[in-house]
Amino acid sequence: MKNTTISDDCAVDIRALRKAYGAGESAFVALDNATVSVRENEFFTLLGPSGCGKTTLLRMIAGFDYPTSGEILLNGSDITSLPPFQRPVNTVFQNYALFPHMTVAENVAFGLEALGKPRTEVKARVAEMLRLVQLEHLAGRRTNQMSGGQQQRVALARALAPQPKVLLLDEPLSALDYKLRKEMQSELKRLQYETGITFIFVTHDQEEALTMSDRIAVMSAGRILQIGTPREIYNRPADRFVASFIGETNFLTGALHGVANGKAKVTLKSGQSVVVNAASDAPASGDVTFIVRPEHASVVEGSGDLRGIVEKVVYFGTDTHLHLRLSGGEAFTVRQQNGSVSGSAVEAGQAVAVAIAEGAAQVVRA
Amino acid sequence: MTSANDLTTKLEAVDARRRWLLASPALLTIFLAAIGPLFIVLAYSFLTPGDYGDVKWQFSPDAWIGVFFERDIFDDTLSLATAHVDIFWRSVKLALITTVATLFFGFPTAYFMATRNERSRDLWQFLITIPFWTNLLIRTLAILQIIRNEGILNTALIKLGMIQEPIQILFTDTAILIGMVYVYLPLMVLPIYASLERLDFRLVEAGYDLYATRWRVLRKIILPLAKPGIIAGSILVFIPAIGAFVSPSVLGGGKNMMFSNLIELQFGQGRNWPLGSALSITVMIIVMAALLVYARNNSAKDERHA
Repeated sequence: MKNTTISDDCAVDIRALRKAYGAGESAFVALDNATVSVRENEFFTLLGPSGCGKTTLLRMIAGFDYPTSGEILLNGSDITSLPPFQRPVNTVFQNYALFPHMTVAENVAFGLEALGKPRTEVKARVAEMLRLVQLEHLAGRRTNQMSGGQQQRVALARALAPQPKVLLLDEPLSALDYKLRKEMQSELKRLQYETGITFIFVTHDQEEALTMSDRIAVMSAGRILQIGTPREIYNRPADRFVASFIGETNFLTGALHGVANGKAKVTLKSGQSVVVNAASDAPASGDVTFIVRPEHASVVEGSGDLRGIVEKVVYFGTDTHLHLRLSGGEAFTVRQQNGSVSGSAVEAGQAVAVAIAEGAAQVVRA
Repeated sequence: MTSANDLTTKLEAVDARRRWLLASPALLTIFLAAIGPLFIVLAYSFLTPGDYGDVKWQFSPDAWIGVFFERDIFDDTLSLATAHVDIFWRSVKLALITTVATLFFGFPTAYFMATRNERSRDLWQFLITIPFWTNLLIRTLAILQIIRNEGILNTALIKLGMIQEPIQILFTDTAILIGMVYVYLPLMVLPIYASLERLDFRLVEAGYDLYATRWRVLRKIILPLAKPGIIAGSILVFIPAIGAFVSPSVLGGGKNMMFSNLIELQFGQGRNWPLGSALSITVMIIVMAALLVYARNNSAKDERHA
């Protein structure tokens, strides 16, 4: 086992992990140079579209797949090449993978029995777990006679019973309907809080990721694009893909000049200019892309940051979307909260000025 | 009112007649191929043997007495037919060993096939079925060629210096077993393969994830889920094995009889068709009773579980 210096509060340390199928030019790279540290007690989410490598990464942490190169450390010890049954890590599978020939209690007891725990301890722990997921009354039931939500709870109890260091969850809510999904989201948060176990959660649902996670790693095409808290990911996306995958966004391009204190001025095609946030590593000049979230822009009286013509007004109940054509020809959406019942005074065809909230414009990697 | 009622009954009668007519080909097949012959065998078992084979239409319980007892030729007393009992136990023993051996070789084979990718699975399945296209007698004679004293096996072992004298395998129970295992192996592999192919291998992953070693996963997850296939395969092997005829007569050399050789003897040299019929029915009843007991135990266990 390799001894490496790591901070104490780091549960899973993934270093330069790579997974390639095939060799040479034709190799398919499922995961490329993934480096991420998951902290103790954290609800960490791997977010990305299907085929982005998030499940591959999870399977390598669980031990079902082995990386082509790189290291996985668990509480400081190298587990990269350990078989799954020697890793103190448990998984909640996408389709639960409950054992159909066993009862609920037998399913939950499986891991404890494999670890060779004494019978009385197994019994007590199974009862405790079933209480935790509120399924005590179904202990003797076969799992194939249960609803999706109940099966989900059994899968959770089964994976939590051996008290793993890390719980891996592979899109566990994707098979549930909307209402049940909402219910299970808060259930998962509660379980994580009560057990104090580190959760690594895989999902393609950006809303789920934002509401549940302490931190999110956004992935695409085998790469981790950005790691941050939900607020950071949403408000300060580093990358064009991150910005478009999470929430709705306006993309604008213009010429950047002079970065100072993380701020810069970008001049659009129309000649108007906007103050944007720019990272220190952003180019000092040249064309850049920046984003403005629709709710961070508003239609104002007098002169704003941008000018445009309203093309369409779409009413959404809680808010109204105004689709504009800017004077430079770009499409731009403004989302206005419907604060009063009188409705929006803006109509299609009207020329308007748009103000962008302080610090809301953000330069992204193209 | 009455005329309407008459019409309904008339139409119903027509309908019923038509249903019987349409079902008649199936019923006829079942009767001619299954039930009818069984009744003939049953009837023959209660008749008197003819002088040159065949039967005389004269009631006699002698055949059934002969199944279980033998009559002393001097004082006419009855004693238990130990020869029959011995042969019956040999048949059961050999059929059981065959079943266990085919399971031992068949399960890993089926598991191997089920874990290949989808395209090569069809090829493996095809290869397993190829022996079915060759005549059973030829396959058994091929085994004879391999295991006889001057055969490939003994020659090779002598050439390799592992033995000095050829091992006498032919005309022993081992020879019968080798022949039966070879012939019945596909009947074990295919049903197990069918149930393993349906197995969700994510369950295996879940087992590993929950600290189960490979052995534990096999014992606690794969075997219980493959149980229907294992049972089907065992029945498919055991039943023909208990009534095997070609393997014991070719490889057993006539000395090591199994039940069907005994039955054949009664219809051939023995010229005692009623006894042959009674023996046939006896073995059928015993196998059926065993299966029924097994099925009942099994369903009772399932009910307790649920």
